[in-house]
Amino acid sequence: MTNPARRLPPNESAVTEPAALPDATPVTLNEDVLIDDARRLEMTWRDGGGLWGWLTTVDHKVIARRYIITAFLMFIAGGLEAGMMRMQLARPENTFLGPDRYNQIFTTHGTTMMFLFAVPIMTAMGLYFVPLMVGARSIAFPRLNAFGYYTYLMGVIFLYVSLFLNMAPDAGWTAYVPLSGPEYSPGHRVDVWAQLVTFTEIAALAAAVNIIVTTFKMRAPGMSLNRIPLFVWAQLVVAFMIIFAMPAVAIASTLQLASDRAIATHWFNPAEGGDALLWQHIFWFFGHPEVYIIFLPGLGFITPIVETFCRRRVFGYTAIVLSNITTGFFAFGLWVHHMFATPIPELGQSLFTAASMMIAIPTGVQIFCWLVTMFSGRPRLTTAMVLILGFFITFVNGGLTGVMLASVGFDKQVHDTFFVVAHLHYVLLGGAVTPLFAAFYFWFPKVTGRLMNETLGKWQAWLFIIGVNLTFFPMHILGLNGMPRRIYTYLSQTGWGPLNALVSAGAVIIVVSVTLFIVNAAMSWRSGLLAGANPWDSYGLEWATPSPAPSYNFLNTPVVLGRHPLWDTGSPLPVVTGLRTDRREVLVTTTFDAQPDHRHKHPTASIWPLIMALVMAELWIGSIFTPWAVLGGVGLTLLCMLGWGWQSTAETDVERVATEGRIVEAA
Amino acid sequence: MARGPRCVEHARRASRRVASGILAVAVAGCAGSQNVLDPAGPPNRSVNHLFWAMLIVSSIIWVAVVVAALWALISRRRRTREDLEPVVIVPNERHRREVGIVTGLVGATVVILLLFLVYDFTVGRALAERPSRTLTIELIGHQWWWEVHYIDPDPSKLMVDANELHIPAGEPVQVKLSSQDVIHSFWVPNIIGKRDLIPGYTSSLFLDADKPGVYHAQCAEFCGLEHAKMALPVIVHSRADFTAWLAEARSPAAEPSDSSAAEGKKIFLAGTCSSCHAVTGVEAYGTIGPNLTHIGSRRTIAAGTLPNTRGNLGGWIVDPQSIKPGARMPSNQLAGKDLRNLIDYLETLK
Repeated sequence: MTNPARRLPPNESAVTEPAALPDATPVTLNEDVLIDDARRLEMTWRDGGGLWGWLTTVDHKVIARRYIITAFLMFIAGGLEAGMMRMQLARPENTFLGPDRYNQIFTTHGTTMMFLFAVPIMTAMGLYFVPLMVGARSIAFPRLNAFGYYTYLMGVIFLYVSLFLNMAPDAGWTAYVPLSGPEYSPGHRVDVWAQLVTFTEIAALAAAVNIIVTTFKMRAPGMSLNRIPLFVWAQLVVAFMIIFAMPAVAIASTLQLASDRAIATHWFNPAEGGDALLWQHIFWFFGHPEVYIIFLPGLGFITPIVETFCRRRVFGYTAIVLSNITTGFFAFGLWVHHMFATPIPELGQSLFTAASMMIAIPTGVQIFCWLVTMFSGRPRLTTAMVLILGFFITFVNGGLTGVMLASVGFDKQVHDTFFVVAHLHYVLLGGAVTPLFAAFYFWFPKVTGRLMNETLGKWQAWLFIIGVNLTFFPMHILGLNGMPRRIYTYLSQTGWGPLNALVSAGAVIIVVSVTLFIVNAAMSWRSGLLAGANPWDSYGLEWATPSPAPSYNFLNTPVVLGRHPLWDTGSPLPVVTGLRTDRREVLVTTTFDAQPDHRHKHPTASIWPLIMALVMAELWIGSIFTPWAVLGGVGLTLLCMLGWGWQSTAETDVERVATEGRIVEAA
Repeated sequence: MARGPRCVEHARRASRRVASGILAVAVAGCAGSQNVLDPAGPPNRSVNHLFWAMLIVSSIIWVAVVVAALWALISRRRRTREDLEPVVIVPNERHRREVGIVTGLVGATVVILLLFLVYDFTVGRALAERPSRTLTIELIGHQWWWEVHYIDPDPSKLMVDANELHIPAGEPVQVKLSSQDVIHSFWVPNIIGKRDLIPGYTSSLFLDADKPGVYHAQCAEFCGLEHAKMALPVIVHSRADFTAWLAEARSPAAEPSDSSAAEGKKIFLAGTCSSCHAVTGVEAYGTIGPNLTHIGSRRTIAAGTLPNTRGNLGGWIVDPQSIKPGARMPSNQLAGKDLRNLIDYLETLK
């Protein structure tokens, strides 16, 4: 850990009066006091060093950084799998991968990208930046946060160990029954999938709860609901979507599919009165919102980047917030458009056609708002802005094919073909991954204290845009030419060979681009230009603290007087004082107006999140082999909960005895 | 069932397609056309109109948005690294104009979507119509082949076939879909969009083709190991040809005339073949594998995987696992002479 005094920037020493708080006493603190405060805060908030400290830390930035890095490694793993698939499909009747291996690879690719890369990296960006953007000392439930990460990590290890044991799932990331049922997928491959989903659900739910409570209760004074940064709004909407969507897949995979497979229930077995279509309904009730869970945070990255580099406050803040919320609601009313080929009555299908077209409206509103913002600002073409341009090129294409797919007649022609593969990659790579790369360039200095190389960055950005379009555009044509998805080979007389070769060539460009990014990130992390607190002269609260942010995030809690704090009031920001520096304390504010409400004692480092994650991993992985593992696991989990709760209680007691006098004094 | 002319006809169609559509990629060989953009019947033709209409409008929107983004980024671009004072929004004339522009664009989006919706509903309504039909065919999905039943009001005239679908042109044929194992999906790109075959459900669609020819259907729902090799040639005959074909196909398998084929028949019945495969009119009743009553006249074997040649048939019998790994058919170690006799027999099953 760094010496706290060195982290203190000189311009943070002056403190103006907290104008937003009528009954607070104005204070002026001199530099000595502040350096003293910084040192004490660092002592209080820093988690221990060494291996033990590494395993027990609950600092949201440390946990989120691990989360982001792990998820990015999963992006690389999923990308390598995609590369293997492209090698196999590059020419007709290729023999690089047999059907058994190919099916494992494509299932692992989809599962990795959806469950282990896209959702975790988006929530991890929220876990890192939401507390910083709302001016909080930490996240609402730091131990839960660490538990979420470790659970996710167990899932990652579980899937990849299975892959190398030739035990990776092979029924598609959608795991349709009865193919994924006990009769047609004997062995443990699909069990791995069903339980892997459980790991990621728990992790996502933990993150969602954290983001919601942090946003609602820990905002800086003055940051009323209508001043919340749009990044945080997107994360908030997504967190609510996770809470409503994830339980659906939990029921489908953990309760129903796993019990069909492990203890011979018959939820999905038509021979015993079960229903094979039930799976698709429950799965897509989760699966469709999942898409928006992935790309709404992507849209959330765009606004601050556009505002910062165009030097203009975003046009239509309220419209964008309402668009996010509307998208969140509509997302739950579209799932049947994944099932147009099933025997669902036409009248019912037309409702979902209308809903699927309607969801283009809120997304359109956001795009128009950004265009107007760009037109009336003075844009600078940084790497992040090039990637935003890539977002327009790629995502709008995916959105428009999405509108086309809403049509039942057309969808039945291209459903389950490469056209849909093209569409979904356009939406996810264009709407989520391209803005994610832009976000990496934009916030990298905040995380590491150093800027990324812009020249390499622009090469990477353009190669990525070209690679994505070259890879996925021909897939539209392949789909129309009759190529179904999830096939491990095709005959040469189909005529699909040349376009597939082109697609595979495009994939090579993506690989080059991502490699450039990794090189750039590694080099910049070691020896990039020093960034300072606010290298882009941006406006958010995260830029009001040094880069990287200290363990306590902010020396004093800032006070917010507008939507663009650093642009509205300039640096340094007004602050509130009064939070104790000798123990971990956070300021809790009211949900709507963010008026200071009370101070809350904050948890310290703990080993229990890790132990709990290990125990639950034992429960889920063991349940694949014997139902008895569930009983054992539940017992151990209860013990862990005791330990976890005991630690919290014990700390509170000690604290009360030790600090009673001072509390009275303070009052 | 002349095969030659169909090839010529196919080549002619392929050349027309290349000339007419930029997106249409020619399909070589006689495997049959498999292309959404080359409609062979009214339903897919109306879907094609819808597709092209949506594609043109969408392309215009895409170009407009990308050009707008590029224009904004380039025309008002700053070349300096110096950061300007951020623009403050004030409710002036310019801001009101921006509000007007965005409102207008959103309004246009709503109108375009409504037009798409109405057009789609019109097409969907036409597709969902239940025409009066003369013929019903049952299609049953298996891992990884298709069982086909030509239904007749007279149950004795039921004709069971596999891995090839024959229909008459110019009249809607009802196809009833069901599955024996996992979910499959029936899709003839040139004729009609997909319909899933879901165990526990029966659904149906109407095949309405008006251009005779060979088309290629393929399973579109991932159904396990050999999902890639589960195709189904669909042969659209003129009405007269179809009637003749069906009448001939209904007759039981003819007794082999030459001695080699007669020997092959014995091998077929005595060996493992008949425990899985049926041949109408012969003591072979297996239902695990495809019905072989007409294997001799099929264009392909192994569900559209290989052209039906003598060599391929022999290779398939001896070592199916290297052609279609995971297929239910086991390897059959036969002496060279036995294999030749067996193939001779299978080739008589027209």
